[in-house]
Amino acid sequence: MLKVEGLTCRYGKVAAVRELSMDVNAGELVSLIGANGAGKTTTLKSISGVLPPASGRITFLGEDITRATPKRILQLGIAHCPEGRRVFPYMSVLENLEMGSYLRSDSAEVAEDMAKLFERFPILHERRNQAAGTLSGGEQQMLAISRALMSRPKLVLFDEPSLGLAPNLVERTFEIIKSIRAQGVTVVMVEQNAYAALELSDRAYVLDQGRVIMTGTGAELLNNPHVKAAYLGA
Amino acid sequence: MKRGLTLAWLLFLASVPLWLDNLYILHVLIMTGIFVIAAMSLNLLLGYTGQLSLGHVAFFGIGAYVSSLTTLGFSVHLLPDWQVSADPKPVWFGMLLGTVVAGLFGWAIGRLAFKVRGAYFVIVTISFAEVIRLVALNWVELTQGPMALNNIPYLRLGIPEVFEVAFLRKPANYYLVLAVGILCYIIIRRLVKSRAGRAMIALRENEPLASSVGVDVTRYLVLATVVSAAMAGAAGTLYAHYVRIVDPDVFLFIYTVTMVIMVISGGKGTLAGPVVGGIIFGLLPEVLRSARVPPEMQWVVYGVLMILVVYFLPQGIVPAVRDWWLSRRAADAPDVPAEATTKAASR
Repeated sequence: MLKVEGLTCRYGKVAAVRELSMDVNAGELVSLIGANGAGKTTTLKSISGVLPPASGRITFLGEDITRATPKRILQLGIAHCPEGRRVFPYMSVLENLEMGSYLRSDSAEVAEDMAKLFERFPILHERRNQAAGTLSGGEQQMLAISRALMSRPKLVLFDEPSLGLAPNLVERTFEIIKSIRAQGVTVVMVEQNAYAALELSDRAYVLDQGRVIMTGTGAELLNNPHVKAAYLGA
Repeated sequence: MKRGLTLAWLLFLASVPLWLDNLYILHVLIMTGIFVIAAMSLNLLLGYTGQLSLGHVAFFGIGAYVSSLTTLGFSVHLLPDWQVSADPKPVWFGMLLGTVVAGLFGWAIGRLAFKVRGAYFVIVTISFAEVIRLVALNWVELTQGPMALNNIPYLRLGIPEVFEVAFLRKPANYYLVLAVGILCYIIIRRLVKSRAGRAMIALRENEPLASSVGVDVTRYLVLATVVSAAMAGAAGTLYAHYVRIVDPDVFLFIYTVTMVIMVISGGKGTLAGPVVGGIIFGLLPEVLRSARVPPEMQWVVYGVLMILVVYFLPQGIVPAVRDWWLSRRAADAPDVPAEATTKAASR
């Protein structure tokens, strides 16, 4: 479904990602794990078109999206849930969700999707008129995920979904991601919490200094001594 | 309720020349109105896209100069043996051209904003205004430099010798400024309530996120800058044909600062903010003057008031009044959910 070949990304002269190749099949949940600065976030940004790569090739559903605009990539069905500041703080919850469907013109179905999301996350419905910045961290994450889903993506890129959340919310977030995948949406996730990520994933890529150093199924990597020593702290 | 209030407010504004017999105060109102239009245009950029243009007066001045030169005619040597001249054109055409040319400059600055943001955008706009001011000051053959463009014709509308309205006297100019002001308000209102406006607010609040939901950031920044610049240019053309003398001082930095004060104190990112801020800070010097405050004290009071507004109402006057009003209403009717107020506060 998604194929990345020989991707190299630079910030000025510094290469953050070097000759990275990966592929994702439809319906899979694939994680990228690795230390800070390994190039995980950069890879996601290249896929979503926010950061055009220096070289390499990215194809999605057979179409070359290496140099496509973020708008085009979103239209093809890749939604990006960026890390850090996840919402538009002064817009209401409702308006945040509407921004998620910004490129859609099928307003009846948008309303339907929104109703479904509200059913799934009643707290968002309760707070629909509240400024998103006044929500708790977990609620903001729910909102960010819901917003990404509002574009009816085929593939969602999650960047550090557990970052800055309380432990019980982390679990809840991963459950939501699992349920998204269960609905047939493909997921690529970047995660610091390697243990949780590997448990959840079908497959994972381990990144170090911009390169893929290891790949395998979640279970394989969980039991790999090197991964255990370097990333799982066991 | 809100509609009624707007209508009453408009009727009041429209009635002013009928009962006000002090022409000086009418003049102050006209100048305030022109500044309110400029402040509204700045608010589109500063309040809705979050880009601070500290060279906004350049668009105002460009509008004033282009319109004046078009209606006066000019003749300049672009090269020693290449002379370009233009005959005087009608005033309405000059005003239109001034607005369009200011918009074109806005387009250029907007394209630049794609590359530079934040502090760099501020510096670029300041430099732009200063360069334009120096051109106006030194290109004497075209602009008369410090000798100023004089005898600028006033606007006439209608068919000559059949029915014509001359915008020479103050009441006529008052209505002209009021009409243009209302038009600009409606344009801005429609723009910010549209999809484009939503995109602008999104990119102000969180630019990376805005681009990741598919907002074409450059496109909307450029759109906002063009509309904003054209509106400031329109205000400049009103100024030129009302005051009927334009010199390079229209590019002074202090005018940009005045616009920024009006927007920030009134409430940036709100529709009514620049209007309220513009009226308060446009009329304040005159109120102080008539209260026989000595001239040197007037600016002190002006400054202190500004500090107080910024300190106690950091969001500006309009959002503060609205929050106060909504919380009072919520207190009167306890069954109104508290979230209604939070929502208003967020806008």
